[in-house]
Amino acid sequence: MSETKPKADKYRRVAYYPGCALEGTGHPYNRSTKAVGKALGLDLVEVENWNCCGAMEVKNIDPKVQTYLSSRVMSIAANQMRMDVVMAPCNGCYHNLKKAEHDLAHDPASAAVVDRLSTKAGHPTYQPGQVESIHALEWIKGAIGEDGLRERVKGGLKGLRIANYYGCMYTRPRNIFPEKDAGPGSESTSKPHFMDDLLAAAGAVNVEFPLKTACCGGAHTLSDSDLSTKLVLNILNAAEAAGAEIIATECPTCHSGLEMHQIRAEKRFQRKTRVKIVYFTQLLGLALGLSARQVGLHENVSESRELLAGKGLG
Amino acid sequence: MIALEAIEARLATLADSAPAAGDAEEILGLGEAILEHWVRARGESPTEDRQEGSRLLALHRQGTREMPSFNACRESCRELVYHYNLLKWQPEHPDAGRRARMMALLANHLCLFVGGKLQTERLGEFCCASKPVRAQSG
Repeated sequence: MSETKPKADKYRRVAYYPGCALEGTGHPYNRSTKAVGKALGLDLVEVENWNCCGAMEVKNIDPKVQTYLSSRVMSIAANQMRMDVVMAPCNGCYHNLKKAEHDLAHDPASAAVVDRLSTKAGHPTYQPGQVESIHALEWIKGAIGEDGLRERVKGGLKGLRIANYYGCMYTRPRNIFPEKDAGPGSESTSKPHFMDDLLAAAGAVNVEFPLKTACCGGAHTLSDSDLSTKLVLNILNAAEAAGAEIIATECPTCHSGLEMHQIRAEKRFQRKTRVKIVYFTQLLGLALGLSARQVGLHENVSESRELLAGKGLG
Repeated sequence: MIALEAIEARLATLADSAPAAGDAEEILGLGEAILEHWVRARGESPTEDRQEGSRLLALHRQGTREMPSFNACRESCRELVYHYNLLKWQPEHPDAGRRARMMALLANHLCLFVGGKLQTERLGEFCCASKPVRAQSG
């Protein structure tokens, strides 16, 4: 992994790890991430024959197998594709890649399991530090930055009022993200701001939103749907109370949870909220002059096209 | 001790009824009561100490001991205290009503989070993110 290369160069061409969600419910995130990358002149090379990161299910049953699954993705990127950087737009995938990196560097038992399974599977064992795993936010922030984005926006987001929702996995636990809380320019684990920075550069107005990393109850979605719905409703209410027209998301699981429970809150608790839920890549795409269709707004459950078209976006 | 369900109902009423700066004390008190539930469920006595001048933050610290996943509500607690301070410092501020409502919503989030965490296998893991790593980092 070349540490000396400036991020603007290093992130220009990255291995792209979409993960399972972006091929299903998160498809508009996949579509808009690729469209934004293309519009910005960035090169996304999809990880060959990628697998599930281990998500929550595998991790809760056998965390070392999850470490292996994530390490395999990084091994392919490093050893077969000769890439320095793996970019994952999904918080779950990103989190699991970082966790695997941490485990392999700090836990010999995990490293032994990964080595055994890698040998059995017939691919080189991933060695910690071979690649840098980053989130889509870090990718655009590092490769283009706010100034670069300001130069490229066409029309911008026209003062759209946005609450930025990062969810719980982008910053927690702190110890697997050593690059965060690392001084000026780095991301904060307590008050993340990369999405705020990018969308402000694209012409949005970020509202003060104190629940930006709050739990959405995703883990309870099946076991206690009402609790998940109440947690999401509270997030939606807080965004509206803060004056937001849009909640920007950067994770397919958070996004789907907010969309689904917004509908469920109305049916189950007769509580209607009007705030729209849109991926940050969709918003950046619109600011860059892409059409609503190109960024996949028609694929969202939350119907934002009328609001955005009313502002001349998309 | 006021039940969590009653706290949730009271916070919902406050959030829906245009609260004012004068409600800050009650909302903070409800926040502390929520964390007391958590601490008592773990078989401990709720602390009367203060952390950074706040009992709520001290209770959160007590609640997160040996349970790193409880840190998932750290920012909610800190924001709750921040909004309380804003309201006490500037009760006549034009945004006081909005701040008080936000404070009620923050406390409500804390209430739902703790309620969920208490009901999932009693004191089991609520947040499934990287459980083993959190357990190691204690």
